[in-house]
Amino acid sequence: MDKTLHSLADAVSVIPDGATIMIGGFGGSGAPIELIHALIDHRPRNLTVINNNAGNGHIGIAAMIEQDMVAKMVCSFPRSKDPRAFTERYLAGKIELEIVPQGTLAERIRAGGAGIPAFYTPTSFGTELAEGKPVEEFEGRSYVQERWLKADFALVKAERGDTHGNLTYNKAGRNFGPLMCMAAKNTIVQVSELTQPGAIDPETVITPGIFVNGVIEVQNPAQEEVLNLAEAVYP
Amino acid sequence: MTQIDDIKLSNAQIAWRAAQDIDDGAYVNLGIGFPEMVARYQREGCQAIYHTENGILDFGAPPAPGEEDWDLINAGKKAVTLNPGASFFHHADSFAMVRGGHLDVAILGAYEVAETGDLANWSTGRGGVPAVGGAMDLVHGAKRVAVITDHLTKKGDPKLVSKCSLPLTGVGCVTRVYTSLAVVDIEDGHFVLHEKLPAISFDDLQALTGATLHITDTVGDLIVPEL
Repeated sequence: MDKTLHSLADAVSVIPDGATIMIGGFGGSGAPIELIHALIDHRPRNLTVINNNAGNGHIGIAAMIEQDMVAKMVCSFPRSKDPRAFTERYLAGKIELEIVPQGTLAERIRAGGAGIPAFYTPTSFGTELAEGKPVEEFEGRSYVQERWLKADFALVKAERGDTHGNLTYNKAGRNFGPLMCMAAKNTIVQVSELTQPGAIDPETVITPGIFVNGVIEVQNPAQEEVLNLAEAVYP
Repeated sequence: MTQIDDIKLSNAQIAWRAAQDIDDGAYVNLGIGFPEMVARYQREGCQAIYHTENGILDFGAPPAPGEEDWDLINAGKKAVTLNPGASFFHHADSFAMVRGGHLDVAILGAYEVAETGDLANWSTGRGGVPAVGGAMDLVHGAKRVAVITDHLTKKGDPKLVSKCSLPLTGVGCVTRVYTSLAVVDIEDGHFVLHEKLPAISFDDLQALTGATLHITDTVGDLIVPEL
């Protein structure tokens, strides 16, 4: 078994117009910048993007939005230091937004990956984000039904990976990565170091390779904050 | 009436007062912005363990400038460091800590708090780009949900009200409010005055509060050091 992908362009070339894509990261932490920029080069359109945020500056997801590739964002917090790419298009009615509480977003993705079509959570009960959703009482408290969230593709950044797709992450860069790997039909992961099977201690594997379809090595990956401090623009 | 601006607590002093109620070893989540100040004022000998919803338990002070690791940030996207005994986890585990009732305390900011414990702190309802983040999750599950806030809005309207007028973050979730003038508990759908600044009379405080302040026990003096 070898899930190695040999170029960033090959890795994302399978993503068509209209795809739903989960993109890992919390702000810049764990953001797979190189995969996103390869996707911008490939330029599919009418995408639905699932991420905690909606881009910062003129790189990464913000650059996807500036290139008019994104029809809809599903996120918890579409704000950042420089959210202009999203904000301008949202206020002009050019991009759709589904706002999801952060824990509900994580759990919906986990449920998608675990084959659980719906679950109940106290989060959002009694608020406008619960409007139209079924409510049930359990042990005297009210809970809102939320549905699973799945995607055609996931783009994720990990730290070490082996050719079977087993992954470790770097610090809090893990965030949504392990969940998104489970919830997409085709999970594409960039790793800082790609190793042979056996090089990663099984005790330390965070994402088992069964959830991963392709891995590509990107040494010394860019950090969104560092690019933004340098006022980088992509392309 | 006393000039409120002359006597009211600063944000640092409100944060100090909230910090006095955090026990040693408590698992605590502090909301983005003003609530983050609470971590500076822990009691002597008390070391809370801070949770950030992006996947760290027991993070510490900011790193020195130039030492940032941008995979090591808090929910406000600021660089942090780790304390000995820290751990990392993914987002679903992080919110299992929140919604599964494992956190001892969450301290959040507020636009409005109602006497029923309802909280409005995520949307001013004026259009623009909505952004909720983890606020709606954090108000459920922590054993204690406290709010720190100025007693009044910038316009001078009460933030403690009978019913929130802004979009709700959660229903019946807040148990204590630390304001610039008082500490107010929420019990059985009522505001119960726990402490007030000695320099303000009960009647003046009531006049600045949008719902009835009840007294069930001795009202303590809210005494905070200069910070």
